[in-house]
Amino acid sequence: MADRILKSINTRGLKNAVRGSEYKKEALISYGILIGGYILLQLGAMTGLIGRNLQGQFVPICVYVSLAISLNLVVGISGELSLGHAGFMAVGAFTGAVVVRVLENGIGFAPLRLLIALLISAAVAALAGLIIGLPILGLRGDYLAIVTLAFGEIIKNFMNVIYFALDENGHLKFAFNHEIEGIDNSGRILTGPIGATGVTKIATFTYAAILTAFTLFVVLNIKNSKQGRAIMAIRDNRIAGESIGLNVKKYKLMAFVVSASLAGMAGCMFGQNFSTLAPVKFNFNTSVLILVFVVLGGIGNIWGGMIAAALLTILPEALRQFSDYRMLVYSIVLIAVMIATYNPTIKSRISTLWDKVNPFKNKDKDKGKKPKKTGKEAA
Amino acid sequence: MNLLNSLISGLSLGSVYAIIALGYTMVYGISKMLNFAHGDVIMVGGYVSFIMSMYVGMNGWIALLVAMGACTVLGIVIERLAYRPLRGTGSLAVLITAIGVSYFLQNMALLIWGANPRVFPSILKGKGPYRFAGGDLTISAESILTIVAIVVIMIVLTLFVNKTKAGKAMRAVSEDNGAAQLMGINVNQSISLTFAIGSALAAVAGVLMCSAYPVLMPTTGAMPGIKAFTAAVFGGIGSIPGAMIGGLILGVIEIFAKSYISTELSDAIVFACLIIVLLVRPTGLLGKKISEKV
Repeated sequence: MADRILKSINTRGLKNAVRGSEYKKEALISYGILIGGYILLQLGAMTGLIGRNLQGQFVPICVYVSLAISLNLVVGISGELSLGHAGFMAVGAFTGAVVVRVLENGIGFAPLRLLIALLISAAVAALAGLIIGLPILGLRGDYLAIVTLAFGEIIKNFMNVIYFALDENGHLKFAFNHEIEGIDNSGRILTGPIGATGVTKIATFTYAAILTAFTLFVVLNIKNSKQGRAIMAIRDNRIAGESIGLNVKKYKLMAFVVSASLAGMAGCMFGQNFSTLAPVKFNFNTSVLILVFVVLGGIGNIWGGMIAAALLTILPEALRQFSDYRMLVYSIVLIAVMIATYNPTIKSRISTLWDKVNPFKNKDKDKGKKPKKTGKEAA
Repeated sequence: MNLLNSLISGLSLGSVYAIIALGYTMVYGISKMLNFAHGDVIMVGGYVSFIMSMYVGMNGWIALLVAMGACTVLGIVIERLAYRPLRGTGSLAVLITAIGVSYFLQNMALLIWGANPRVFPSILKGKGPYRFAGGDLTISAESILTIVAIVVIMIVLTLFVNKTKAGKAMRAVSEDNGAAQLMGINVNQSISLTFAIGSALAAVAGVLMCSAYPVLMPTTGAMPGIKAFTAAVFGGIGSIPGAMIGGLILGVIEIFAKSYISTELSDAIVFACLIIVLLVRPTGLLGKKISEKV
């Protein structure tokens, strides 16, 4: 089934193969992985091949895959190191949690509530991205990284002290300290230092997969647009980009804000998958985790990041039998994979070895495990 | 008096940050990498010292020396096994590897020493606090020790980097790796030496920090590591005096924020100050201006 869908897209892709064929290839593989993965996981769940523990990871997998895609927009396409992606995720998650609770009485249809929450989360996260990005995008390299790290921590810190609550009339109240502003015990606290509690889980695997598809759609389209080419030109040579009249700040900000708002949506979906939501979940480690997906998948390579995100989300679950050792194994795997993929000597040794055992000699290097690619030699 | 008390505890905390930040900044200066595992080396130093003084029964000062030795070896091994294969492949790959090393150290510590927080015996047990001005001004012995420590470390380090042959080699490598190699400097050795010094300092920081704030667990090093990294950037990453100034200022800001504004928001305030400084001076307080070549 997945194969047939792929093939039908494939032939369409071949018709205008020359211009943007790279983009078409990337889009094909990315959508192929998403659709194929979705079908595989659904089938696995239906036939009972995939256990409950792993089924519980379906929504997080989708969320992390979309986060990897959206971070790739900043790290890969725009070339800026961001260490605060989890901050935007937190903004989205808490906005979403509050919006869903507020709408609970008004709108009975859960998917609609989720959709509204997603849109509002995206808007709020975009606003946060704008406020953060506007002053700092002039900074270079590692300095920008540390500032995004700082913002991520600040956002987490604020989530720890901000209270949102519904008073007895159902009005939304907000305060830094729950004793002021009339938020007392009669009202229902929606979110506070212990996080958002009593979230009704309305996220499902299908909704999450649709969100991932949407994220993919946005990022791939930006990459293949005039704006995307401008962003990449600035990444490759800032001065040259400036000299041909590209507005460096505008394009960098565009990538940053879009990425932030997509992260907000992913965060909203993430929040709707758990009954409680603590700010600690969105700390520096989470930002780093998403960055690991992007770097491991190959910086700027969107489908590589998707695969890395899915595998690394499953890996701790798969290593559950090693219980205490699993994070240790995870860290060793991480270091080993980094050295194997980036060290020039080891890399060349692996590729010669691969050439020897590769049964599809004249096919390309993408190991083509999930998407079956037949278009290469025809194009 | 309250103000002075806060100032002194701020300087003491800042000294710890400064000692950690020195490790960050030296490593960054010489190999242009953000060594995120540095914070966890602090934790290892704390544990080694803890084990030595609690179970082996060593004197606290000798335990400190053992911890310094252990961390020096650890630093060199980490650099040799994890970072050297990736030298020259771009900072992101090394950054992720450093994060992997950080996870590794944390989880190793978790396996060996368990998740329960340990109460660290102060290296200056039974001394202080000293009271001045009729008891209004209280200074703990640990505060004095950390402030003295940073002054001594700063003087020794400055002399080492500026006067000795090895120090000159280090500066040359951080200035221009390739040219230094052509001049017959052993680059690998210089980088190993930098990691060794940074890690030994991390052990000192670990013991001092745990003496002042006596809770030791596998994640102890993480937050101070991030703060010290912030301090290093604050002062201008790559600059040794910058790391010290950045650390001290950051510590003072943190304690003042805690005592006068809000305990929960103190971290946010520290990070906000960093952002403001970077907006005014994009390469930190003492950082070199990066000139761009066309």
